[in-house]
Amino acid sequence: MTKVSMTVNGKAVSGEVEGRTLLVDFLRQGLGLTGTHVGCDTSQCGACVVHVDGKAVKSCTMFALEAEGAHVTTIEGMANPDGSLSTLQQAFQDHHGLQCGFCTPGMIMSAAALLAENPRPSEAEIREYLEGNLCRCTGYHNIVKAIMAASGQDVSSIAAE
Amino acid sequence: MYNFEIERPGTIEEAVAALAAEEAQALGGGQTLIPTLKARLAAPAKLVSLSGIAELKGLRREGDRLVIGSGTTHAEVAREAAEAYPALAALAGGIGDPAVRNRGTIGGSLANNDPSACYPAAVLASGATVITSTREIAADDFFQGMFTTALDDGEIITSVSFPVPQAASYQKFEQPASRFALVGVFVAKFADGVRVAVTGASEDGVFRWSEAEAALSEDFSADAISGLSVSPEGMIGDLHGTPEYRAHLVKVLTGRAVAAA
Ligand SMILES: Cc1cc2nc3c(=O)[nH]c(=O)nc-3n(C[C@H](O)[C@H](O)[C@H](O)COP(=O)(O)OP(=O)(O)OC[C@H]3O[C@@H](n4cnc5c(N)ncnc54)[C@H](O)[C@@H]3O)c2cc1C
Ligand code: FES
Ligand code: FES
Repeated sequence: MTKVSMTVNGKAVSGEVEGRTLLVDFLRQGLGLTGTHVGCDTSQCGACVVHVDGKAVKSCTMFALEAEGAHVTTIEGMANPDGSLSTLQQAFQDHHGLQCGFCTPGMIMSAAALLAENPRPSEAEIREYLEGNLCRCTGYHNIVKAIMAASGQDVSSIAAE
Repeated sequence: MYNFEIERPGTIEEAVAALAAEEAQALGGGQTLIPTLKARLAAPAKLVSLSGIAELKGLRREGDRLVIGSGTTHAEVAREAAEAYPALAALAGGIGDPAVRNRGTIGGSLANNDPSACYPAAVLASGATVITSTREIAADDFFQGMFTTALDDGEIITSVSFPVPQAASYQKFEQPASRFALVGVFVAKFADGVRVAVTGASEDGVFRWSEAEAALSEDFSADAISGLSVSPEGMIGDLHGTPEYRAHLVKVLTGRAVAAA
């Protein structure tokens, strides 16, 4: 076992991990932050997306030890300081951007990374950016709509629900 | 996944020393290696992470060449090569998805030499030089068939030096499930001739289509290759496409690359 230290959602944390411990397992089992989901465990679905030093990564495809010293943000770090939903989260609720909710933490983290890079993405840019996030329920239209709305754009032209 | 220890050296020398250990393996972005370890297709005793080595990162111009550190991510190449070598930046920006591009590196992709990977086509078509911890290897010597390269045990790629072509384009026909190249063609036009490299198609991995190179060096237009054909012999056949289909795509994509270059 090796000691690993990082900052998660603004708090300094540390723990003992094996070489093979994935970042997602450290977050979920080590820290009890179970908002980050494991859908496929094969780098395909994006349910496990978190931010490492501001960049979206699949936490099932990164070792915990590789995040030594890094700033990690998970879905638990996305709400406003008073606990209310952030604009992006609220937009997912308002536009029915989720059904079962399993993909949602990854969708929110990917969408937040997109908006940080590109504050007013087009519909095509959103769809392209979400290439690595799979949703089995919504058919994506309402997710795209929610992200457009969260970036202050008109959503009336997005494909039907 | 079987367990292993992870070492995180800060310099190339330390990494090379660490890799001299029995059953040690380099770890780039892990976007290929971690799935491989999960499937227990590899069982190293030690992973030597290259992510903490600053000298392996970043892009720089060297005269008319673009040199890219092996630890540079696909996302960084997509962003930072956009001006110097747009076709290469576009290729990097089309690998996988944003999260894969934020971790995966050019060095890892080349060392892996997946027969459907994108970078090998760019490196071979550009006539780039792969620079390692011990030597410089010409692209024509580096790729030695599916998942096989000229790299020795414990040798790491440190950078790749690309001559920048006058015009170039990469056309990727995506395998819709994996988003790797079902077939991808990189065409690069230099003052002294045209190079065409094909990925995704051959059972021997990335290769140069020399008939097309000769025709395009005479006349750089899609029409110049209209009379040529690619033999399906030795092409990959799987549930995604027959050898004949892939052979056909090689020609179609080469034409598109010339038109787009
Ligand atoms: C969902 C998904 C989609 C993808 N789509 C594409 C695609 O469309 N096109 C494409 O080309 N690729 C694709 N990839 C693969 C991706 O590009 C990987 O990043 C790349 O193949 C490996 O790079 P890495 O840095 O992650 O290497 P790793 O996975 O860390 O390592 C791969 C191999 O290279 C060795 N290695 C790593 N770095 C070095 C070095 N500097 N010197 C010597 N050996 C080294 C390792 O020991 C290992 O054997 C995809 C991957 C995923 C998960
Ligand atoms: S759980 Fe990580 S990509 Fe699916
Ligand atoms: S809401 Fe169910 S998987 Fe997306």
